[in-house]
Amino acid sequence: MTTAHDVVLVGGGGAGLRAAIAIAEARPELDVAVVSKVYPMRSHTVSAEGGAAGVIGADDSLDEHIYDTISGSDWLADQDAVEMFVEEAPRELIRLEHWGCPWSREPDGRVAVRPFGGMKKQRTWFAADKTGFHMLHTLFQTSLKYGTIHRYDEWFVTKLVVDDGVIQGVVAIELSTGRIETMTAKAVILATGGCGRVFPFTTNAAIKTGDGMSLAYRAGAPLKDMEFVQYHPTGLPFTGILITEAARAEGGWLLNKDGYRYLQDYDLGKPEPTPVLRSMELGPRDRLSQAFVHEVEEGRAIDTPYGPAVHLDLRHLGAKVIDAKIPFVRELCLKYQNVDPAAELVQVRPVVHYMMGGVHTDIHGATPVKGLYAAGEVACVSINGANRLGSNSLPELLVFGARAGRAAAEYAAGASGPTRAGLRQADDEHRRIWRELRGREPNGNERIADLREQMQHTMEGGAGIYRTGDSLTKAVDTLHEFQGRRDQARIEDHSHTFNTELLTFLELSAMLDVAETIVYSALRREESRGAHQRTDYSARDNDRFLAHSLAHRASDGSCQIRYLPVTITRWPVGERVYGR
Amino acid sequence: MADSITLRVTRYQPEVDDEPRAQDFDVPLRENWVVLDGLNYIKDRLDGTLSYRWSCRMGICGSCGMMVDGEPALTCATFLVDHAPGPIRVEPLANFPVVRDLVVDIGDFLEKLPRVSPWIVRDDDIPVDEGESLQTPEELADYKQYSMCINCMLCYSACPVYGLDPDFIGPAAIALAQRYNLDSRDDGAAKRLDVLIHPDGVWGCTFVGECTTACPKDVDPAGAIQRYKLTAAMETIKSYVSPGGGP
Ligand SMILES: Cc1cc2nc3c(=O)[nH]c(=O)nc-3n(C[C@H](O)[C@H](O)[C@H](O)COP(=O)(O)OP(=O)(O)OC[C@H]3O[C@@H](n4cnc5c(N)ncnc54)[C@H](O)[C@@H]3O)c2cc1C
Ligand code: SF4
Ligand code: FES
Repeated sequence: MTTAHDVVLVGGGGAGLRAAIAIAEARPELDVAVVSKVYPMRSHTVSAEGGAAGVIGADDSLDEHIYDTISGSDWLADQDAVEMFVEEAPRELIRLEHWGCPWSREPDGRVAVRPFGGMKKQRTWFAADKTGFHMLHTLFQTSLKYGTIHRYDEWFVTKLVVDDGVIQGVVAIELSTGRIETMTAKAVILATGGCGRVFPFTTNAAIKTGDGMSLAYRAGAPLKDMEFVQYHPTGLPFTGILITEAARAEGGWLLNKDGYRYLQDYDLGKPEPTPVLRSMELGPRDRLSQAFVHEVEEGRAIDTPYGPAVHLDLRHLGAKVIDAKIPFVRELCLKYQNVDPAAELVQVRPVVHYMMGGVHTDIHGATPVKGLYAAGEVACVSINGANRLGSNSLPELLVFGARAGRAAAEYAAGASGPTRAGLRQADDEHRRIWRELRGREPNGNERIADLREQMQHTMEGGAGIYRTGDSLTKAVDTLHEFQGRRDQARIEDHSHTFNTELLTFLELSAMLDVAETIVYSALRREESRGAHQRTDYSARDNDRFLAHSLAHRASDGSCQIRYLPVTITRWPVGERVYGR
Repeated sequence: MADSITLRVTRYQPEVDDEPRAQDFDVPLRENWVVLDGLNYIKDRLDGTLSYRWSCRMGICGSCGMMVDGEPALTCATFLVDHAPGPIRVEPLANFPVVRDLVVDIGDFLEKLPRVSPWIVRDDDIPVDEGESLQTPEELADYKQYSMCINCMLCYSACPVYGLDPDFIGPAAIALAQRYNLDSRDDGAAKRLDVLIHPDGVWGCTFVGECTTACPKDVDPAGAIQRYKLTAAMETIKSYVSPGGGP
């Protein structure tokens, strides 16, 4: 079956919904489809806790936010993109305020801001510590106003159809019925979020399997800077549930097993009783996660059944501050870890959290495939470079969601319909999915869960916080072998009704693609920068690697890495200095 | 502590089953495992065909609501040990049509949601250049609780009225209408009135209060409904006495 839309959005999270609204507002005559594998308000944006950065205070300036972001990125961010992002972020946050987002307030009614890691000024807007939840529900509810937005809830996109370098539409399967449909479109926007699930221990929800990255990669759009994977320093052991950076911004301390604020030993400043911006616990995430590894090596971490951990100490804040500023932290600790942070130390450890890399786009969200756009965590513009600053991602969804929406709308208004060859390709995809559904002949004997777990451990072992050429080469080989084993995966469920086993297979396939681009990009980058730390190349190398890596999928399916220079405008490359 | 526990899980696949049946699975009983971990264990290790929804595993996405031992619950926030020694009954949310296994059809709620205009309605449009609208912490507190709904549907599942009359607009939708009505930035209360005072609106509720008991996020939908009944009564009286015929 075939349906036609002007623009198809893949993803109904923060970026997708913002894009949908932008199109509905800019060009009400266009027909927009929002296709999402979960109901939009279940999207992962819902889990974001801490806040969204945008310059608003009288003592703050755009230049300072730009500088924090660029130095935070270890100079790998494109400076034109960062400038534009920082300029537009406050307007987007205000727009969301007008749409009803319940931002936390000062007594006089103005929006309140809080400190955040790597930021020199207080500029992080927050809705207590459920910022993403409130942003997503505000966007979702606001999107209901527009009659031109058609939702396909619980539909899974399996392929982008591209003919001769031009997008034609997507193929998707409806979960509740197993119906496979071609949705033709003049423009497609990917807003499918990140891929934390390629690692075993992550804050990311089950749905974050990098589908959009794999879709784009297979459609001929390269993936940029995939070696840069962010570890967040404070996840709960076992569950990987995130304890937001806001906990440290409000004054929390990180202690080793001796009760010592160890960050002072890692050139991150001196311990003060109250939080100091860009210092100690408010340093950037890459440096904090790396410090953790050294503490473990020195035997100063705490042993837990789920591996080594350190302590997050919030006790001195008192129950009142905790309940006012970070109530969800207390709720999560009590409900999931059975500790009360107002009275006890909380065990935490670094956890895979965010993907700096993603589908290569320009500052309008356009990819090299004509008519294909990407925004949000799936995309890499790049404003995050080698390390994202906390609270820059939520405003990124808004700024680039809106930009991609507007650009796609303009493009779609002047583009023509699908080609014959495009439709034939889509038919082939129908047959492929149909085959998987009806049961492959002969069925394989590899368990999907086994493959997934082995892949995750390969990634942790090969491409974790610290990497070496050896560990990466081994990971490359193992992953290559998994590509073959994937075809042997066993699908026992042949039902057309809500077939989640087929889904896990498709997600595993996407993750294997993404994993491969991560390890290849990491292997080729022979330097250490931001979140990419090579023990065999421990220094930053601006002569060779002040460049974005672009992972292309060659016609034989192999991964090929090319480089693209970083855009430097007003901020020459410097040293990253924190706490001094 | 025993080292395993039985999950008695509802299975239903419309292509082959005439009606739902129960199937037992033994899963490890670990101190920090929630019911959802048990289901994931089944899916990964024992039977890949089991279908259910989940995503965040931190009680915020609203996907994983099911009946656990007969009560609606978020399975990612329900510990196995709290239901030991078992067997633990895990069934699809009550009051909804079952799609398959533990997956229910919540399309009805998604269809009702836009009817209460759950967005800011303004008489005027404020340009972005004017900056943020002011709202004091007290004004925020007026509606904050009703903005915490994760659409998990536990309240619909607990609501006896919804069970009998699926046209009832239901607790979460009414709480959300109240969330906007009480927001100092909103002028849409009059627009929402018709839907809310319709017989399928607040008056459908016989105040059983089960929704508030079931709610995992302390939204207190029952309180929202009661509070709105007062408003609705006032508005109805006003419409009788004012010559214009109401708001
Ligand atoms: C626990 C946590 C806390 C965070 N806190 C903060 C914070 O405080 N501040 C900050 O700035 N950032 C934070 N982040 C990061 C930020 O939340 C994410 O980067 C961001 O929300 C991603 O949004 P998105 O719109 O790109 O994607 P998502 O919200 O992940 O949405 C992806 C969408 O794509 C759909 N989709 C995916 N694949 C398919 C497919 N194959 N077919 C159809 N649909 C598909 C999904 O259904 C979903 O609707 C946090 C992240 C985590 C994990
Ligand atoms: S009101 Fe409570 S129980 Fe009902 S849907 Fe919302 S969060 Fe769930
Ligand atoms: S999995 Fe998200 S609420 Fe339970």
